[in-house]
Amino acid sequence: MTDVPDPDPTPAEGPTDRAPADAEPSGGVEPAAPAPGAWVPPAEPDDAGVEAPELALHVWRGDPEGGEFTEYNLPTVEGEVVLDVIHRIQATVAPDLACRWNCKAGKCGSCSAEINGKPRLLCMTRMDTLPEGPVTIAPMRTFPIVRDLVTDVSFNYEVAKTIPPFQPPPEPEGGYRMQQIDVERGQEFRKCIECFMCQDVCHVIRDHEENKTRYSGPRFFIRFAELEMHPLDTNDRREFVRREGGLGMCNITKCCTEVCPEHIKITDNAIIPMKERVVDASYDPLGWLGRKILRRTKKTADEASGAPGQAETAPGTVAVVEDGASEGSGDTPTPEEDTAPR
Amino acid sequence: MAEYESHTYDVIVIGAGGAGLRAAIEAKARGLRTALVCKSLLGKAHTVMAEGGVAAAMGNVYPEDNWKVHFRDTMRGGKHLNNWRMAQLHAQEAPDRVHELESWGALFDRTKDGRITQRDFGGHRYARLAHVGDRTGLEMIRTLQQKAVAEDIDVFMECKVLRLLHDAEGRVSGAVGYWRPTGEFLVFGAKAVILATGSIGKSWQYSSNSWESTGDGHAMAIWAGADVIDMECVQFHPTGMVWPLSVRGILVTEGVRGDGGALRNSEGERFMFNYVAPMFRAETAETEDEADRWYEDHNNNRRTPDLLPRDEVARAINTEVKAGRGSPHGGVFLDIASRRSAEYIRRRLPSMYHQFMELAGVDITAEPMEVGPTCHYMMGGVRVDGDTEAATVPGLFAAGEVAGGMHGANRLGGNSLSDLLVFGRRAGIGAADFAEGRSGEPKVDPGEVDAAIAGSLEPFEGDGGENPYDVHKDLQDVMQSLVGIIRTGPELEEALTRLGELRARCDKISVTGGRVYNPGWNLATDLPSMLTVSTAVAQGALARTESRGGHTRSDFPTADPDLGKVNFVQHQVGARGPDAPIAIGPEAIPEMPAELRELLEDGK
Repeated sequence: MTDVPDPDPTPAEGPTDRAPADAEPSGGVEPAAPAPGAWVPPAEPDDAGVEAPELALHVWRGDPEGGEFTEYNLPTVEGEVVLDVIHRIQATVAPDLACRWNCKAGKCGSCSAEINGKPRLLCMTRMDTLPEGPVTIAPMRTFPIVRDLVTDVSFNYEVAKTIPPFQPPPEPEGGYRMQQIDVERGQEFRKCIECFMCQDVCHVIRDHEENKTRYSGPRFFIRFAELEMHPLDTNDRREFVRREGGLGMCNITKCCTEVCPEHIKITDNAIIPMKERVVDASYDPLGWLGRKILRRTKKTADEASGAPGQAETAPGTVAVVEDGASEGSGDTPTPEEDTAPR
Repeated sequence: MAEYESHTYDVIVIGAGGAGLRAAIEAKARGLRTALVCKSLLGKAHTVMAEGGVAAAMGNVYPEDNWKVHFRDTMRGGKHLNNWRMAQLHAQEAPDRVHELESWGALFDRTKDGRITQRDFGGHRYARLAHVGDRTGLEMIRTLQQKAVAEDIDVFMECKVLRLLHDAEGRVSGAVGYWRPTGEFLVFGAKAVILATGSIGKSWQYSSNSWESTGDGHAMAIWAGADVIDMECVQFHPTGMVWPLSVRGILVTEGVRGDGGALRNSEGERFMFNYVAPMFRAETAETEDEADRWYEDHNNNRRTPDLLPRDEVARAINTEVKAGRGSPHGGVFLDIASRRSAEYIRRRLPSMYHQFMELAGVDITAEPMEVGPTCHYMMGGVRVDGDTEAATVPGLFAAGEVAGGMHGANRLGGNSLSDLLVFGRRAGIGAADFAEGRSGEPKVDPGEVDAAIAGSLEPFEGDGGENPYDVHKDLQDVMQSLVGIIRTGPELEEALTRLGELRARCDKISVTGGRVYNPGWNLATDLPSMLTVSTAVAQGALARTESRGGHTRSDFPTADPDLGKVNFVQHQVGARGPDAPIAIGPEAIPEMPAELRELLEDGK
């Protein structure tokens, strides 16, 4: 259960003249915008539930050359999400505070940022769920800064262009037939709203800019998995995922799964099954056996036998999790699976 | 002279929601140089927020369904103000467009025999909406986005278009805009321009629309000399969230009612039974038992009044709240918790479950939602030819929400996603045909370019002027309070006066900071669109002295048969642009052919 709103819904009558919001840009980064008179809540007086305490937001402001956190102090408003507070700051003291957003309903994935150090959607994070004290808002670290909270996420759009497209067989008379249970596997991945927070948190690229040229990242691992598990797709991307996508560099720390606002089980349901399929496709059994013996890697139950196209069940994947972890442990990419530089 | 980069294409599409993407895919398939220009990142357009489904008479659940029934439902829903040719093409072509999406990778929910399943929605006689849970729009935009990427269409993301450009002969020949991440200007020359800019909802305080819905396409078409029609026909969706205030207006899908949810007032009464208009009486259940049986068996029971067309339901909620029978936060209750299992609700309505849980702290599997009307959809828009989507200015095309006519006075749920596909494709064909028939490279009027750029930079020139956020908030107050769901003549007159004052304030806006991703400046450049469109809506609402579909006048509470035969057409004559007046007048809707008229006459 998440927090339940105040059981007494009757708002305080008419918040009239509030004390001005003491926005004190630390270090005087921003000249205060013309906000004549006192700050007035954007809400209708009848509905607004304004409470006495002030909130403090430390927002990173800057550009590619650098920047710093600026403190904004505003009255608390019941039920607000972080994006509401950003909008109040824009409307009053900092109209040029850059922040990307669209739907404000958790459906478009535009307003990703790092709230108290953790990637989250600004529009789906209620202020009253955050710990007491100042809230820190920073842009996603993995992508270049455009300005303030806005980053250049074009890396993701470039990766998307490289993916071999969906390729169905010719449509039979009466149309394609698929069973619900079969489409549900892909549907989980197609819930992705492309907020790119999984990319942001993925340590393969978060602190290793150089890896971006040979690593697709979790968002596109689920795209590969979705296509691979699509009942109609005929394109085989397993070699591509290994060579161009850098799937082997993922060492399944599950950070991506933890931040996914759509609760997609990125690691368990996409990355690990993809690793299995890539292994099946890329290594012939004799070579695999030889490596196994020579390197004394941990034995797994079903690595060689899992037939492509069959559903991986949870028990099957658990064994491979351990194997993948042992092969890919440590911070450096696994050279064995990343043999082909692009 | 302003500095700008230049690009030349055969076809540019402004807007990358469903209609824009579908149009671009079609033009590109013709081998034409095609570009998509969009105000946000690719894949973020408002189409992602569509929830319930795409209406297409595929007959997968009810084999009795066919395009004729869909056409009839659409015309009745639109209170016969529709462009009947568009309603016909839409009903006929929607099934093919949905199947086409499947061949591009979309994964719709299935029937037991493996076909695309379909759900019930308001105003549709049969279960007709192909869907993916309650995130159908996301599935559609992602499928189209991935198709567009696979077809290597050039995309200009986060690019705001300011004005359409003409050549010496008066044909639309391009557009001028700026990159939001840099603030640098760019000019497109194009043999044909397709507007697919979506809605206008950001002029209202409570809206389900995203920030992009500022009516740029509607306004640019007017400024370019094109006709717009039915601007008074704005749809208020009956079920938006009402609490907390910060999320007021966010959409609650009609799918909740399609899957069994019922509306109740504070007395627990299913009040919709009291609001069945004569037009719908014959096919609407009279008892709760019959309504509940209808979910399982449409052939032997009549539909629940909870699924009357949106305009009917929104007005009913409005009336209940005004009569003091509303919920604590000024809405009514939408109850599915007591009617369906928690597992069913979570599976069928996962987004709604999370939306209420995370934003309102309400578990919709255990307690009712509070909902109320929210500004949702613009039926009116650019007047187009039904077959080609050509506007009344050569070289200009429009598809999707920015185009007018298809939905008449009120749109049925599910008909917008199919609209995007059917008319996106047709606009792509229409624009491609036009571009191919045009010789030589397009030439734009440099005077128009310079004027547009200079105008957009004015807010940087002074300081201490109007705050764009204040002007926007005041605009929203005007539209919400004076041009809302229930309108009157005196209030509309007052709205027009106040919109004129806001127009004057708009010219005094000043912004701080630079041009790089500056939301204050971006808003300042969106405000002229919002003001032009708001003026057109208020003018249309004043002219239409009747109540019809999404347009309700308390001083003219019934439909006027004579006004049901005309569109109110608006355009700028002589002087054009944000400061020029917009002329308005009625024009007769073309006569419907007998074979279509027959489909409407029979009560089935």
